[in-house]
Amino acid sequence: MKKTVGLAALAAVLLCGSAYAQQTSVKIGVLTDMSSLYADDTGIGSVIAAKLAAEDFMKAHPNYKVEVLSADHQNKPDVGTNIANQWIDRDGVDMIADVPNSGVALAINEVTRAKNKVFIASGPASSDLTGPKCSPNTVHYTYDTWMLANGTGKAIVKTGGDTWFFLTSDYAFGHALERDTAAVVEKAGGKVLGKVRHPLNTSDFSSFLLQAQASKAKVIGLANAGGDTINAIKQGAEFGIVAGGQKFAGLLIFAPDVQALGLKTAQGLTFTETWYWDLNDGTRAWTKRWDKERNSPGKLPSMNMAGVYSGTLEYLNAVAKVGGSKDGKKVVDEMKKMTAEDPVYGKTTIRADGRALHPAYLFEVKKPEESKYPGDLYKLKATIPPDEAFRPLKDGKCPLVSG
Amino acid sequence: MDTTTSPVMTGAAAPSMVRRNGETIGFVIMVAALIVAPFFVYPLFLMQAMCFALFACAFNLLIGYGGLLSFGHALYFGWASYLAAHAAKVWGLTPELAILTGTATAAVFGLAAGSLAIRRQGIYFAMITLALAQMMYFVALRMKFTGGEDGIQAVPRGHLFGVIDLTNDMTMYVVVLVIFLAGFMLIYRIIHSPFGEVLKAIRENEPRAVSLGYKTERYKLIAFMLSATLAGVAGSTKAITMQIASLTDVNWPMSGEVVLMTLVGGLGTIFGPVVGAFVILFMQFKLSVVGEWVLVIQGVIFVTCVLLFRRGIVGEIAALFKR
Repeated sequence: MKKTVGLAALAAVLLCGSAYAQQTSVKIGVLTDMSSLYADDTGIGSVIAAKLAAEDFMKAHPNYKVEVLSADHQNKPDVGTNIANQWIDRDGVDMIADVPNSGVALAINEVTRAKNKVFIASGPASSDLTGPKCSPNTVHYTYDTWMLANGTGKAIVKTGGDTWFFLTSDYAFGHALERDTAAVVEKAGGKVLGKVRHPLNTSDFSSFLLQAQASKAKVIGLANAGGDTINAIKQGAEFGIVAGGQKFAGLLIFAPDVQALGLKTAQGLTFTETWYWDLNDGTRAWTKRWDKERNSPGKLPSMNMAGVYSGTLEYLNAVAKVGGSKDGKKVVDEMKKMTAEDPVYGKTTIRADGRALHPAYLFEVKKPEESKYPGDLYKLKATIPPDEAFRPLKDGKCPLVSG
Repeated sequence: MDTTTSPVMTGAAAPSMVRRNGETIGFVIMVAALIVAPFFVYPLFLMQAMCFALFACAFNLLIGYGGLLSFGHALYFGWASYLAAHAAKVWGLTPELAILTGTATAAVFGLAAGSLAIRRQGIYFAMITLALAQMMYFVALRMKFTGGEDGIQAVPRGHLFGVIDLTNDMTMYVVVLVIFLAGFMLIYRIIHSPFGEVLKAIRENEPRAVSLGYKTERYKLIAFMLSATLAGVAGSTKAITMQIASLTDVNWPMSGEVVLMTLVGGLGTIFGPVVGAFVILFMQFKLSVVGEWVLVIQGVIFVTCVLLFRRGIVGEIAALFKR
């Protein structure tokens, strides 16, 4: 009995002691895809990015203690919702980051809105997150569908690719991507010669590719994603599409995909990204740190992972300014007032609808003989300034934007 | 199949009494566990698990007692959740009416799909149900109101009967618990009714049931529809609880998942699907932390289950008591 009392007293003293240290704690949950189609573009790499951001922040603010949790949403919206709710209700998570897969992200968008926490969306593509479904608790980093369509469409026409043929995945996302890109191409003075729709998750693209080849269009726009894009490019190489002078324009493709395809297959592929590891000294230095943590030689960070880093860092800086992480809306409001500057994403501002603005880049995949060192994948073709890269504020139909 | 050989053959004699006692004890344990559980386990997870448990029970009604393997039950589950979500969000119906809307949808689909599918048996039956479900999956993917691959979010939980506010997780928990238990008891009642006995007779030997004068087609159709309707109750309740409806619920892996839940728990046992649903969901939820290992671990557990407990968890326990 005496012993228990003694222990209890000791525990109480210890508790008081830790309270004296006056450390404010912030918890971040990285909700991502660890096991399925987005695992290479986000997954464990995103968790590392968040940890690096936490590390950097704690160095500058020793009175804060940042903890990073992570979980796999398995691309199921209700698994994601369940984890997010439990994180917030039970574990006291203040911010949820990453969330590839728009279906899951839109669900998390509602959870953080209802519970007044913060959602740093760097994984999902849907531009609805800053459009009709925008939330005062959400900041959308990295990219969105509007930016991909617009950036790629406009920039390619400018660099001479003025006739297009679309290979479109036959569902809402593919249609939207095709429609937006076609509009941009035509507005910029280009012409759409034709399009063909293929079912989702197709393994045989031969008839579609032959049609694309026969159209004689200079550019074949791939309005699809994931495995479909990769299959189309692989089979296109076998049909000698790029060798025949036509070019693929990927509307949704990431550095790890290009790496997986290999330069020989992917050469000549043109697309838009907001970040590339070999962009400047800052990105190279960060990649080195990331690589050390990842400890898997040959892997490259994607723009989503870099987005997790920058978004998390900016979030934490805003928390430090506000002086606490409990009121999510207040932190996001502060983020919207700040201009962030970090070595990875450079200068970033956040708009009223939650869109993070930074430049976007048009890249072309190098030929194997042009690649000088491992990971040397892209040629920079054009830089799109932030105000042109993203959808104008008034076109988004976001209820947060008055007028 | 030996543990559940139908009383049609043995008569409602002593062994059946023993089993009924066992089932009563099991039921009491289950209810008690579900009442205490929300104080220890995250309630939202429990609610989701109960919805899946009801779904698996509905599926088990068809395969475990009717001997019909449907490989398209996601159709009823998923479409019910879409309609319930749409009714609550766009039409502004109260949750009980939204759930009824979803359930009615599933019943109609069940009638339509069932009347086609029951004309064939075995693998053909499974393939027809799968084909119909995939057809409706693509319809869900393409229709406007389902939101395509984005799904429907921010479904309001609303006020039950216009009075009871369901935004509180505990209130919602009680509602889901009541729906689950009602569905469970209905299934129990169906299984032990004369209708259920005929169903089991059809499972064991259809030509014999026909020769005894039963119109087996009609029994099978009713069983199919009941199963689809109850799957619809589960789907609609889940849409209201989780406040989302998504493509995951209509896609074919969901049809497979419910088969797994039933198999792991115990095919043709009344509690099997419930246990199976909780085990599988618990794995999905708990293993989400280990990341890329989730699929490997799931695989190992399934293989172990199939190799070691052929009758499923509950089936094995029941067999143990019989010995």
